[in-house]
Amino acid sequence: MFRRLPDPAAAGVTISVDGTPVAARAGDSVAAALLAAGIVVCRTTPVGEAPRGPYCMMGVCFDCLVAIDGMASRQACLVRVRAGMRVETQHGKRRAAP
Amino acid sequence: MAPAREHDVAVIGGGLVGSAIAWGLARLGVRVAVLDEGDVAFRASRGNFALVWVQSKGLGMAPYAAWTKRSSDGWAGFAALLRDETGLDVAFQRPGGLHLCLSEAELATRHGFLMRLHNQPDMVPYAHEMLERRALETLLPEIGPEVVGASFCPLDGHCNSLRLLRALHTGMQRNGTTYLANHIVERIVPEAGGFRLETSGGAVRAGKIVLAAGNGNARLAPMVGLAAPVRPQRGQIIATERVQPFLNHPITTIRQTDEGSILIGDSVEEAGFDDAVGLGVVSTMADRAVRMLPLLGRLNVVRSWAALRVMTQDGFPIYDQSASCPGAFMTTCHSGVTLAANHALVLAPMLRDTALPAELAPFSAKRFDVPAAA
Repeated sequence: MFRRLPDPAAAGVTISVDGTPVAARAGDSVAAALLAAGIVVCRTTPVGEAPRGPYCMMGVCFDCLVAIDGMASRQACLVRVRAGMRVETQHGKRRAAP
Repeated sequence: MAPAREHDVAVIGGGLVGSAIAWGLARLGVRVAVLDEGDVAFRASRGNFALVWVQSKGLGMAPYAAWTKRSSDGWAGFAALLRDETGLDVAFQRPGGLHLCLSEAELATRHGFLMRLHNQPDMVPYAHEMLERRALETLLPEIGPEVVGASFCPLDGHCNSLRLLRALHTGMQRNGTTYLANHIVERIVPEAGGFRLETSGGAVRAGKIVLAAGNGNARLAPMVGLAAPVRPQRGQIIATERVQPFLNHPITTIRQTDEGSILIGDSVEEAGFDDAVGLGVVSTMADRAVRMLPLLGRLNVVRSWAALRVMTQDGFPIYDQSASCPGAFMTTCHSGVTLAANHALVLAPMLRDTALPAELAPFSAKRFDVPAAA
């Protein structure tokens, strides 16, 4: 569904999504990296469990929530990828945990 | 101008108090009209904390404690009736509620307060206890290190109050009630056989009237020889994202909704007719909540809002009837959720009759008619 513009200068970065290595590029937001990798559903809603994915890409819609390095419900479009970053998709209500 | 309508009873106010009374009356076959404001009304019914609460109510007026307990006892049946009539589940739960204390001084103050409450003459008896930290941990393992104890009352509960308002409106209209939005009452004129209400939406006639307009009662009551000394009192609420159920007991200031949100509330401010959110108050509320339950510090806040309670000088409700304009009644309280069961199933049948019974006499606004100190 999504294709990258050619940018030979961008360095490759590897993150993990639900434990699987995913290739991204330096400067990508987590949401962009997910979409470029073909991962369009990053969570299900807390009450109806309907699928959701990155939509506005500018911090407004809150549909791209994922867990990043153990912190749940981060906005994937507002966080840049970093080598070794652990991203987890969310399913229904998250747990409240210390 | 819309044609005048004929109704047995006109209820002025379509919030939780007015719609509970209207639903209760309509179930008895009474032809009811509800006159409401519009979307911009100050509406505590859409901003409240949704506790159905007993502990701590009634110091200074034992009949209020009894009235509150009676509504709490009637709530499960009330919720079941609403579900049967409307198909809407208002998510009433009564697991018992907690008031958490963050220091030995707070715990001693709470204990003393409850002793004074329950030592009053004619106080209705009910179960309640003080819990030391260790006993509290079995109910609420997530408490933070500063929590020293709590008071617990098994009668306390909560509900989904937005769905409650919707269910009452659905139910009253199914039972034939006429709901008139954007009918702000400007004048009340007693006339033969009842009252004529001149409103922003035209004139409405009814045999009896019930003032249930919250803070608006202060303006309306003198039109029928009553007094409603009420003032707005601001409360603020913080809502977090939805999380898996973990908080099994509502706390005075923190509860988890049926859909998973954590609500933090119960602030009190005298701010007039101003329902703006203030950062100072919400930050204090958030700080105390995180000290009570540290895991809340990891949740995202999604909303905060403020709403205006309807408060009397002594904090107790007013139920009153006019001596000069028979057939004019008034109800006002700041516990429209807790008292909804009574308003629908106890008060409404009383309002169908000619006069309020003696048991409601302590709630008359005449209690404020005392001479000023010399």
